[in-house]
Amino acid sequence: MSLHTLSVLVHNKPGVLTRCSGLFARRGFNIDSLAVGPTEDPTRSRITIRVDCSQQSVEQVIKQLYKLIDVLKVHELGSAAVQLELTMIKVDSSPERRPEIISLAEVFDARVVDVGPAAITFSCVGEPDRLQALEELLSPYGIRELVRTGRIALDRDGELGKRPRMKVVA
Amino acid sequence: MDKRNMTGAEAIIRCLEAEGVTDVFGLPGGAILPLYDAWAEHEHTIRHYLTRHEQGAGHMAQGYARATGRVGVAIATSGPGATNLVTPIADAYLDSTPIVCITGQVPTHLIGTDAFQEADIQGITMPIVKHSWLVSEVEDLPRVFREAFHIARTGRPGPVLIDIPKDVQLRRFDFAYPKQIDIPGYKPSKHGHPRQIISAAEAILAAQRPVFYVGGGTVCANVDPADLIRVADAVRMPVVTTLMAKGVFPDSHELCIGLPGMHGSKAANWALNQADLLIACGSRFDDRVTGKLDAFAPGARVIHMDVDPAEIDKNRHAEIPIVGSLEFVVPKLAEALESRRNGGPPPAAEWLDKVRAWKAEHPFRYRNSEPLKPEYVIERLRDLTADREVIWTTGVGQHQMWAAQYLQIDQPRHWLTSGGLGTMGYGVPAAIGAKVGRPDATVINIDGDGCFQMTMQELATARMYGIGAIHVVINNGWLGMVRQWQELFHAERFSETDLTMDLPDYVKLAESFGIPGFRCATVDEVDDAIRSALAVGGPAVIEARVDREEKVYPMVPAGAPSAEMIDVEWADDDNAWVEEGV
Repeated sequence: MSLHTLSVLVHNKPGVLTRCSGLFARRGFNIDSLAVGPTEDPTRSRITIRVDCSQQSVEQVIKQLYKLIDVLKVHELGSAAVQLELTMIKVDSSPERRPEIISLAEVFDARVVDVGPAAITFSCVGEPDRLQALEELLSPYGIRELVRTGRIALDRDGELGKRPRMKVVA
Repeated sequence: MDKRNMTGAEAIIRCLEAEGVTDVFGLPGGAILPLYDAWAEHEHTIRHYLTRHEQGAGHMAQGYARATGRVGVAIATSGPGATNLVTPIADAYLDSTPIVCITGQVPTHLIGTDAFQEADIQGITMPIVKHSWLVSEVEDLPRVFREAFHIARTGRPGPVLIDIPKDVQLRRFDFAYPKQIDIPGYKPSKHGHPRQIISAAEAILAAQRPVFYVGGGTVCANVDPADLIRVADAVRMPVVTTLMAKGVFPDSHELCIGLPGMHGSKAANWALNQADLLIACGSRFDDRVTGKLDAFAPGARVIHMDVDPAEIDKNRHAEIPIVGSLEFVVPKLAEALESRRNGGPPPAAEWLDKVRAWKAEHPFRYRNSEPLKPEYVIERLRDLTADREVIWTTGVGQHQMWAAQYLQIDQPRHWLTSGGLGTMGYGVPAAIGAKVGRPDATVINIDGDGCFQMTMQELATARMYGIGAIHVVINNGWLGMVRQWQELFHAERFSETDLTMDLPDYVKLAESFGIPGFRCATVDEVDDAIRSALAVGGPAVIEARVDREEKVYPMVPAGAPSAEMIDVEWADDDNAWVEEGV
């Protein structure tokens, strides 16, 4: 078992996300994270799915996704792909601790998006490992709420983006 | 094309006409009323068969589709009407049967409000359809129907669902049926890769112990049986046909070893397990064929031909995959084999002799003694109809397996059975659908008593339209296959499987529908009952009261290696054994 990132280009129609995510559930594949949004073409959406499964299973997932009529293109992103995620973290903070917490968060390029009497909310965009590190660093102060988007990813241009084409029988 | 202003409801009828549909099966209700109103109001060329249950409509559409090779159509209303179609849709999905299901839906402004008879049928059926549509704009109807029929019948066929809210059926628009079709996300492969086909041919010619493992995909693809015979004959290799493939390679052909799997022949299972090369053709390494997958055909390389790439490597790794429509791939493989064969004796001659010897030594057999044996009834049905074209349907269970073992079928689309889903109740409506599609053929449904009771209300449909399929109830008063498992694997605790022999009285039941019923309970009575039913020339019912304890053998216990079949002790000197079957 290992984590695979799939980029799935689909028709932007009602029910498409349900069809895709339902397929994962039905075939017994575990979704680690899922993000969906519009693309450069308003008639298309891109779903980025992280799935925890064997290499053989990921090939089966890709074939099953292709069987969905509204799925246009599926590819597995390699380690060279640009992978980013957004998180928002609300941390307990008395006014006197604010400077300390903010300066810690700045190390991670986190932005302060809200300050209240007893809490600060940060946003941070980054590679998932980095967000994890930020979360661990802030957790001793008391994390009240946390939300992550799930990662989105794109292949790089140029040499780095070239990867062995997945062997799909056709 | 000229555009004509009409309602959505009339447009549905025009769409069906444009697709060449001549027969549909359905049952009206509130949300589909506008369509049925248009049905009565406008002139058209489509016959509608009013069923007694929407499940019946769905299975009739399936039987029609499988018997004719055309797309079957079932119509139901919203809510319970639509959910009653779920079983046929799931059945059609697993057996790759092309059907279009049309359901009414509550008006668009009520969707999501838990309105009367509202059910999210698109959501409910999402995992079991090839594709589905909820049509919210009447202008989309022609395109959706065009796509629906195209998707249902092409590639790996399957069920599609069109859900149409009532207000969409009532709205008017300018109708034109699209000539062109463009579905960017749907491009099924047609021609297999030529290099792969050559690799396959070379592997087959080099194999010492090849087995041609033919599945139901060959029927779906309308593969010419002659092309399958060419492939097998090129190297004289044994052929096994799965439950879904029965008839596509003639049972009577000298190379046919018949049914593999849980209740298949020893010869077929041993051949698969000792093979050094499996040529899987439209088959999917289903667990009922392979038994314990890890132990299946351990020494074999695999050539896997299928139109669905997702079948390749799903259960068993294929060394030589060929993705393409089998109607194109099989003849090309035959050509490749014939052009490369070097004239000498086929390398696998000894192997064929060995497999045939197994077949001769271990036929399907039963002890023909009192009480009446179900196998005997099926053999008499086979023999007394040998002079005519018969399309057989079955329910699911013991009778289905005996029918698979003892009927001899030599043409595709003459054996209609629920293989993947194992749907009890399939037999009666499937037979009615088949007879509607093939009125010239004799249609016989070999059913069990448990199965028959699930869909027997469709006898009313049969009677109303004079749809003359013959329904044979193999009555042992049990949910027989479940009972068999209880006897063999659950210490004879016959938990909730006794249906009793006399409930209902099948002859009186048939007569209450105005259908002649015939009963046989002894060997002497069987021929009379069959001849009488065949002479009716309309729908008829035969009740065969059979041995309550007869079991289906041989048997691979679920999850066991398929080479290890359990069987009863056969005494060689016992003259009562009948060694027949195919």
